Amino acid sequence: MLDITKRVRTHILDMTHYSKSSHIGSALSIVEILITLYFKVLNTDPKNPQKSDRDKFILSKAHGSVALYAVLAEKGFFPLSYLKKYYIDGGILPGHLDRLSVPGIEISAGSLGHGFSISIGMAISNKKTGNKGRIFVLIGDGECNEGSVWEGVMLAAHLKLDNVIAIVDYNKIQSFGKTNEVINQEPILDRWRSFGWDVKEVDGHNFDQLFEALTSTHEKPRVIIAHTIKGKGVSFMEDKLEWHYKSPNDDEYKEAIDEIEREN
Amino acid sequence: MRTTFVNTLIELAKNDDKIFLITPDMGYSVLEEFRDKYPNQFLNTGIAEQNTIGVAAGLALSGHIVYVYDIIPFVTMRCYEQIRLDLAYNNANVKLVGIGAGLTYGSLGPSHHAIEDISIMRSIPNMQVLCPGDPIEVEELVKRSYETYGPMYIRLGKNGEPNIHKKGTRIEIGKSVDVKIGNDFALFTTSNTLELAKNWVDEWEKEGVSVYLISMPTLKKFDQEKVEEVISKNMPIMTLEEHSIIGGLGSIIAEIIADSGKAVKYKKIAINDEFSHHVGSHKYQREMFNLKIKPKIDFIKN
Repeated sequence: MLDITKRVRTHILDMTHYSKSSHIGSALSIVEILITLYFKVLNTDPKNPQKSDRDKFILSKAHGSVALYAVLAEKGFFPLSYLKKYYIDGGILPGHLDRLSVPGIEISAGSLGHGFSISIGMAISNKKTGNKGRIFVLIGDGECNEGSVWEGVMLAAHLKLDNVIAIVDYNKIQSFGKTNEVINQEPILDRWRSFGWDVKEVDGHNFDQLFEALTSTHEKPRVIIAHTIKGKGVSFMEDKLEWHYKSPNDDEYKEAIDEIEREN
Repeated sequence: MRTTFVNTLIELAKNDDKIFLITPDMGYSVLEEFRDKYPNQFLNTGIAEQNTIGVAAGLALSGHIVYVYDIIPFVTMRCYEQIRLDLAYNNANVKLVGIGAGLTYGSLGPSHHAIEDISIMRSIPNMQVLCPGDPIEVEELVKRSYETYGPMYIRLGKNGEPNIHKKGTRIEIGKSVDVKIGNDFALFTTSNTLELAKNWVDEWEKEGVSVYLISMPTLKKFDQEKVEEVISKNMPIMTLEEHSIIGGLGSIIAEIIADSGKAVKYKKIAINDEFSHHVGSHKYQREMFNLKIKPKIDFIKN
């Protein structure tokens, strides 16, 4: 897993560097989550991305798109060369998600609190039609400020949708401040539990913990509160609000790549 | 109109288990039969309109044909961004069915009035806007909405509207309907003012004025050719709608006139750009907004 993790982080740095785009910190915090999903958990087939019984993954915090693009390309949903076509004029991959852009993108998204509700609708459909596919949806901790998230949380629990697994990327920094200083999310585990969800708490960079939480059985909708570090893997980006916005300049890019290559 | 809507949907659902009806807790005395006949294709998503639209998108992207039923402001304005992104950007096969066109909910006040809905809905890419004016148009357009893929907004009145068209009249998305042929000017109308327009035209006829009455059951797609045909005859045009003067039928036709490069006499009858502070029934609200007595037609003279 170390090789793939390094490759995905390198893609993320490449893409945000050449395109001078933002949201690198939000992408780096979800790398292990996406790799666990796509390489260990999800029933998906890059050769048949629309197969009807597939597990679906919804990136509701769509500003982390570069991480998803990197993982989908590594998984074979589209050529790695497409990663050179991110965000730029005449590109293929937009800053936020467009389901018409490349195979493997389940929904078009970009505004917070939307993908979560769509995933609930997909889970209801699978229940109604006897489809065994599960719905995995990744939301940000700041995204939990959105009222629509809690509307969906209520409905999913009410309908006992045990085919939904939500993951909260709890990196503790949102758009303009520390998450719990903007609007306190604690006690986050109790909140979700009291709404009727099955709650797991993991280190969001630990493959074993993620795999267990993503695959063990549950009777209610499950949420995984994944403690993560914004900007994970590049020490000068870690836990810094500014890397929600900045893109690495040439020197920062080199330094970051060196650090990722040194990791073992 | 709402009874016709649900009866038509019940008929369609007989042969298609992909039809799904959801509501954010609305539909008392209207949706019970559908709910009881097709419990596996019905869901009350609670008073949570934003999540409801997202859920509708998720169902539609999984292969269902989804109808969302609610009062107009709550199924359009409350969840507008969800409509724009989850339905329209994703091109999801969801039909929003709004009841209470214009001032229908009279005394309930502006929270329940719907005078901006056409304007905001027609400006979203991929979204089609259907505004039936009588039960015949409702039944036909609900069938067309089922047959036609893509996000749509269906604007309904309430209940008790009379049939204006003959039974068996075929209504198509993007096509106007000639209600009465006339020569002195053309009156275009849409949605719940079809009956009012017909009454006015009958009154003008008694006064010796011959009016060409055209119903526009869909505002997007829009029958531009019909307007161009009237312009080419140099016939004066009047529009009537129970919607704001901004962005509705009158605006659409004014744009077509302007684009045509031809001068044609034109008069727009619609609701002024203001909230109602009048207390009273639908009929009374119309009176307060000058939508009751037929207007003077001096504009057709030179």
